[in-house]
Amino acid sequence: MIQKTLFLVMITAWIAGAAASLVTGRGAIARVVAALGAGAGSAACLLLGVTALITGQTLSLSLAQMPPVGGLMLRLDGLGALFLVIIGLIGLAVAIYGFGYSANYAGRYSLRTAGAMLNLLMLALGLQVMADNALTFLIAWEAMSLSAYLLVLTEHDKAETVRAAVWYIAMTHAGFAALMAMFLLMSGSDLTTSFAAMRANAAALSPAARNLVFLLALFGFGTKAGVVPLHVWLPMAHPVAPSHVSALMSGVVIKMGIYGLVRVALDLLGGGPVWWGGVVLGIGAISALLGVLYALMEHDLKRLLAYHSVENIGIILIGVGAGLIFHSYGLMPLAALGFIGGLYHTLNHATFKGLLFLCAGSVSHATHTRNMEEMGGLIKRMPVTALCFLIGAAAISALPPLNGFASEWIVFQSLLEGVKIPKPEVAMIMPIAVGMLALTGGLAVACFVKAFGITFLAIPRTQEAEHAEEAPLSMRAGMALLALACVALGLAPFAVVPMMSRMLAGLGGLPDTRAEFARNLSLAAPNGSSLMSPTLVAAGLLIILCLAPLVMLLLRVNRKLRVSESWGCGRIGQTPRMEYTATAFAEPLRRVFAELYRPTKELTIDFHPESKYFVQSIEYRSEITPWFEKYLYDPCLWFVRLIAAVVRRLQSGSLSAYLVYVAIALLILLLTARM
Amino acid sequence: MTPYLLEIGQALLALLLAPGLVGFIRWFKARLQGRRGAIPWQPYYDLRKLFGKEVVMSKNASWLFRFAPYVIFATAVAVTLLVPLVAAPLPFDAVGDLLAVVYLLLLGTFFLALAGLDPGTSFGGMGASREMTVAAIAEPTIALAIFGLAVGAGSTNLGRIVAQTLNHPGAVINPGHLLGFTALFIVMIAETGRLPVDNPSTHLELTMIHEAMILEYSGRYLALIEWAAALKLLIFFSLLSNLFLPWGVATALTPGALGVAAVALMAKLVALAAVVAVMETRIAKLRLFRVPELLGVSFVLALLSVTSSFLLR
Repeated sequence: MIQKTLFLVMITAWIAGAAASLVTGRGAIARVVAALGAGAGSAACLLLGVTALITGQTLSLSLAQMPPVGGLMLRLDGLGALFLVIIGLIGLAVAIYGFGYSANYAGRYSLRTAGAMLNLLMLALGLQVMADNALTFLIAWEAMSLSAYLLVLTEHDKAETVRAAVWYIAMTHAGFAALMAMFLLMSGSDLTTSFAAMRANAAALSPAARNLVFLLALFGFGTKAGVVPLHVWLPMAHPVAPSHVSALMSGVVIKMGIYGLVRVALDLLGGGPVWWGGVVLGIGAISALLGVLYALMEHDLKRLLAYHSVENIGIILIGVGAGLIFHSYGLMPLAALGFIGGLYHTLNHATFKGLLFLCAGSVSHATHTRNMEEMGGLIKRMPVTALCFLIGAAAISALPPLNGFASEWIVFQSLLEGVKIPKPEVAMIMPIAVGMLALTGGLAVACFVKAFGITFLAIPRTQEAEHAEEAPLSMRAGMALLALACVALGLAPFAVVPMMSRMLAGLGGLPDTRAEFARNLSLAAPNGSSLMSPTLVAAGLLIILCLAPLVMLLLRVNRKLRVSESWGCGRIGQTPRMEYTATAFAEPLRRVFAELYRPTKELTIDFHPESKYFVQSIEYRSEITPWFEKYLYDPCLWFVRLIAAVVRRLQSGSLSAYLVYVAIALLILLLTARM
Repeated sequence: MTPYLLEIGQALLALLLAPGLVGFIRWFKARLQGRRGAIPWQPYYDLRKLFGKEVVMSKNASWLFRFAPYVIFATAVAVTLLVPLVAAPLPFDAVGDLLAVVYLLLLGTFFLALAGLDPGTSFGGMGASREMTVAAIAEPTIALAIFGLAVGAGSTNLGRIVAQTLNHPGAVINPGHLLGFTALFIVMIAETGRLPVDNPSTHLELTMIHEAMILEYSGRYLALIEWAAALKLLIFFSLLSNLFLPWGVATALTPGALGVAAVALMAKLVALAAVVAVMETRIAKLRLFRVPELLGVSFVLALLSVTSSFLLR
């Protein structure tokens, strides 16, 4: 009963928020209305998800009786509930933050559309994970894509934004076509077939059809999730959107790809041959590594974060892929461990990536730039933002005791269990994946030392950075909410993991592993072979952190502190130009991975006309080769343009020609109908 | 109760021994190079002196600069509580496994690198950048070495790995074990900033990594960082010796066994320290951009180690 009420509150709040945003004018009222709708809806969504996860109850709603929405079917199960929690949590923070953040859009861009689309996007997301037939799923999917597209276009007068939005909409529709084909295959051309019926039919499909369904799902959901090589739109579209929308897109929207893949591959199809898992794991490992490698070279703070989304989607897919591999061998508890790792990381990534994007938004709001090289010293001007970013950075780097560590530990453990795979040639995938995952982790730490260090530490590099101001209260509240969630999810994995176990029980025949992977305060590998407790590690760290200064006090250590100049090798005065830059920081790694980056260098030296020993100016330009754009997408675009050029000849503009076309089309239609 | 006391006792022992270990390496190295060298317990005097001095902090630095030494020190001590030094398995074994150890140390490195960037000097940035490069590239080898050990023992918990090797001593001479040891040894060199990756006794800008990051530190903060670095060295030495050659580690908590274990630990530490000292007098520092090749070698060794333990399973 309470679930139904929460569901109605959620839907009503979002719809009302969207409608009210459209009718209210501009200014503060529009912001309040949009934030209220989005916030109330998200809070209800979060509560609905949490109650469903805790009680394990499912909720079934059929809207078939209502004529205008005939054919729509909704059902909430455990998997959907987890994603409702993700949507609700990030949505709530985004709504609160968005209220303050959108203030600087007033008068410049349409607050009306932005507010309505934000509410609509959340509504689409909420319905997405509750969809119980293909029609509902596809409608919600398209609504999600379109509202996200319009949100990306908020700053529509910039060429960069328009270009990114076009890429996004093209890619997402390619994915949509694949999903449409996939559902038509699975449902026997009737899109209103319920998921339950599809589940029952899946076994009857021929192996070839099942493989085709899987590949279509991988492509369709992969474009949304942003796996390599379908990721190119992601680092373009996420940075140009308003920051709270970026947080929602990177935190939640791309996760719908993960949701869809798990729903279709595990739940509807009930698992498949080993190569399915192998492909998912391989794509995951490559996405993780390439994502972080490209992030390292990025100096646009938001683009850097966007590339890290590619990386983390990769880590999630490593877990999901391992789960699918174990599933195909019938190693059910291990399969559950893999899926738990992947889905726990999905939840964690949503919190810390949401947090990081909100922090990046505060920073660019204060400094009017996204370029890290023009920041610096912000920790003193924006202490709350800095602390929140630090928590997010440590969490995404999988450092204990924050949440990223707990989920990566589980993914690692599930890979270590690869020894139990009977075939050595398959089992050997696992250590290679472990190596790639570890390298990814190490590089992520390096990247976030760069991101935090260059942005927040040392001396401000520009006037704007020097006079930056802390974000307003609502923005700080939004960030603090997600920062707390990062800490809480890191300290309480012993409570989260059993919930995930129950949620997965029954999907594709997975057993209930509630007692298996969490014991007392510890996380456990199967049969309790390995134990680790993030909670106690955190407690230990905290105790030592408090004891050390206390002991030093008791031992009467010299506690004096004098603030003075940095040591400058005898040089007087220190300017920001002497600081290490983000480019310089990443230079050693750029050299190490030069084979991948293929940097192009361009050095122009302007000598003094009298003597070449006097240099007037030096210009240095360096770029890295964008492999995917150059070798994968450019040929595709060329082909599309070629076809477009041919088709264009049909469009003569003369009315009589079009009438002929209509007549011909009608004739063909009639003829085919006769046959 | 006793096991917990023992756990804390062994951490205190490690804290106490760590500066001596560094001093011993320095002294032994000096002797090998024909110098008289400072006495092995010189680092204790240094620490006392540093704790007695006031801190001079850069005016550009923030609270992070003052907080970082405590985090670095706390992570090192926390790891000491998890690593089996004289006895195994102990109760804290279930608190953190090898992965927790590695990521706790990485947490310390994270804060150390940030503290290096905080004062805004070129040296700090240079050190932070190099340290993170080396740490990132060393990471896959560590993970694979863990994998190799975990495949053998069926667990990533340190106590269980030690117990497993003690029960099956034959496993020590299998190729996977030996390759894994070599791989982890190379990583240990890189992680603890010894030659040929980093030179702990230089302040030359072209070569320094660790020293460049802590250049702005003084007084009690420097003391904490130096102590943590010494502790890290001791942790890596004891991991290498007790995971791959666990003999001497007490499995029963009797005074006799513990005494033997303490002596065995000292002997192993001295032996490894001597090996490192000899190596440091015999080889020159590698160029920074050759270091990835060295770590690449260690990665291949670790991969071979895992492969062989899969095939010989």
